[in-house]
Amino acid sequence: MTMSDLELLAWLRGPGLQWSLIIFIAGLIFRVAENLALGRTPDLATPRSPVFAAGLATVWRRSLFHPGMSYRGYFTLIAGYTFHLGLLITLFFLSQHIVMFRAILGFGWPALPPSIIDFCTLLSIAALITILIHRITDPVVRSISDYQDYLAWLLTLLPLATGFLAMHPLGMAYIQALTLHLMSVEVLLIAIPFTKLSHMASIFISRWYNGALAGVRGVKA
Amino acid sequence: MTALAAKAINAFLEQIDAPTASFFTSCTHCGMCADACLFYTETQDPKYTPIHKLLPLRRIWQQEYTFWGWLMKTLGLSRKVSDEDLSQWEELVYDSCTLCGRCSLVCPMGNDITYMIRKMREGMVAAGHAPEGLKGAMVRAMETGSPMGVTLQTLKAQIVHAEQETGLKIPLDKSGAEFLMLLSSAEIAQFSEIIGAVARIFHQAGVSWTLSSKAFEATNTGIQIGAADLAAELVERIISAAESLQVKTVISPECGHAYVALRYEGPNLVGRPYPFKVMHIVEVLDQLRRENRLPIKDRETTRMTFHDPCQLVRRGGLEQPPRALLALVADNYVEMREHGIYNWCCGGGGGVSANERATPLRLKVFSRKKQQVDALGVTTIVTACSNCRNMLEDGLEHYHMDINVVGLTETLARHLDTTSTGA
Repeated sequence: MTMSDLELLAWLRGPGLQWSLIIFIAGLIFRVAENLALGRTPDLATPRSPVFAAGLATVWRRSLFHPGMSYRGYFTLIAGYTFHLGLLITLFFLSQHIVMFRAILGFGWPALPPSIIDFCTLLSIAALITILIHRITDPVVRSISDYQDYLAWLLTLLPLATGFLAMHPLGMAYIQALTLHLMSVEVLLIAIPFTKLSHMASIFISRWYNGALAGVRGVKA
Repeated sequence: MTALAAKAINAFLEQIDAPTASFFTSCTHCGMCADACLFYTETQDPKYTPIHKLLPLRRIWQQEYTFWGWLMKTLGLSRKVSDEDLSQWEELVYDSCTLCGRCSLVCPMGNDITYMIRKMREGMVAAGHAPEGLKGAMVRAMETGSPMGVTLQTLKAQIVHAEQETGLKIPLDKSGAEFLMLLSSAEIAQFSEIIGAVARIFHQAGVSWTLSSKAFEATNTGIQIGAADLAAELVERIISAAESLQVKTVISPECGHAYVALRYEGPNLVGRPYPFKVMHIVEVLDQLRRENRLPIKDRETTRMTFHDPCQLVRRGGLEQPPRALLALVADNYVEMREHGIYNWCCGGGGGVSANERATPLRLKVFSRKKQQVDALGVTTIVTACSNCRNMLEDGLEHYHMDINVVGLTETLARHLDTTSTGA
């Protein structure tokens, strides 16, 4: 291990993380604000149901399964939930992550045992791999996919994979694995506002609009 | 390959508002909308995936409104939308979309794809791409008042016919009436029994109503083709007639898109709220039912079901009224497995029925409705949209299915107790 390795790691843990977090948060806010700034013409039709509440109800309702779902629908929701839950549990309940959150936020919370975190990480990775296979083999999904879908997939997989490596040295030094992990996290954070990954913020806006547009018509969308 | 002229690009950009930009930002390309679309399920062709039908609009949005898209365009790494693209997409945006709204209901991101197709059609018209069949209907609607070229003379003949049949006076241009009843061309030309049915029910219930010689047509081809200015003109004709007759409520007939055009899009098209109320005929009938002004003398024993017109139910909010009305007369009523807001389209909404080029595809995808109906073993399908009715009859005939299709209003009129003095 050379000094420059440690310097790089220190930079990644300090300014690197700081800057990528700033770009991530400011970028996402900008992305949502930019969309909202396009505005829409006020609806002059007499609404059938309270529009704001209808929007909120749809934000919730679209998290559920709906009647008559196809195989593709079940796959998408089950694999999607598995990936997101595994990722979020790993992100928020790994003890090393909580140390970092405490340093940033000034407070922390109890961690989950490493074995559970391992399970969640592997489940999340497995879901991602299944999702990629589905994207390549399903004729509909393949036909509507572009390079961004594959890029976003890779950028999402790397932090999970390198994080797992850092926790389980498989022929790689801890420092190197941690360096790769931080690098991949920061690349992901920076990429989110510029790619389809910004759906993590816009999903709430989209669902609300959908519910509000249907709410004018008295439809529970 | 010719890049799209700046004017056409601008026409698309004008359509992109906050919901559209949010929807495009959210799409993760999951493909779930495909299974909600009968054009995909019945053909298994991925090109009919609803979100794919919006690709040109999406690309224009991406290149003009996102940093990444702008960068790629500037570096010459992404292709601009060409006129050939739009020619190719014309079939996807018009022939294989009935604006039924099923995709908008299932998208896990909450994207209202139908809302965007409606907008994309505005851009298509501005860029000079719309099916000939719809253009023809648009011209006839502007010139004669009816997309089918039905004239006032035809209406007057049907009124005389209905008066002879019912022995009742059908009011035309009666100033101060409470309700102005509109009709659709299909009703005047093919299902004119509706006029007598409405007359009998309204007479029995003591409803003050009238038809108008200035505005008898409720349908709006401008909405279907995507020409907001022409759509507004058609709405203005109705407003003008309603105002001059001083009616309190305008009734949209048994037609799905006419209702949406008048009730939800109309005020926005003309840029002001109406001085009157808009109700669909099934809403009016349901109100009469609740007020006990709809006496029934006998009931249907044949096995029947209700076909939910998309614009009335999924895009209109009227799922319950038709069912409450049918409960008055139907002894042997069954629901399709997917009904209400999840019902499958007849295949001919959103201007598809006026687009002759689309007929083979429309009949092919009717197999979805066929499966729904086959599972029930019904002898009668009731609906509340004359376009659905036409499309159902056409589809049933194509698949050699011996099933009767009737309108809801005339079904009720057939069982109306005209001897009742109640209410």
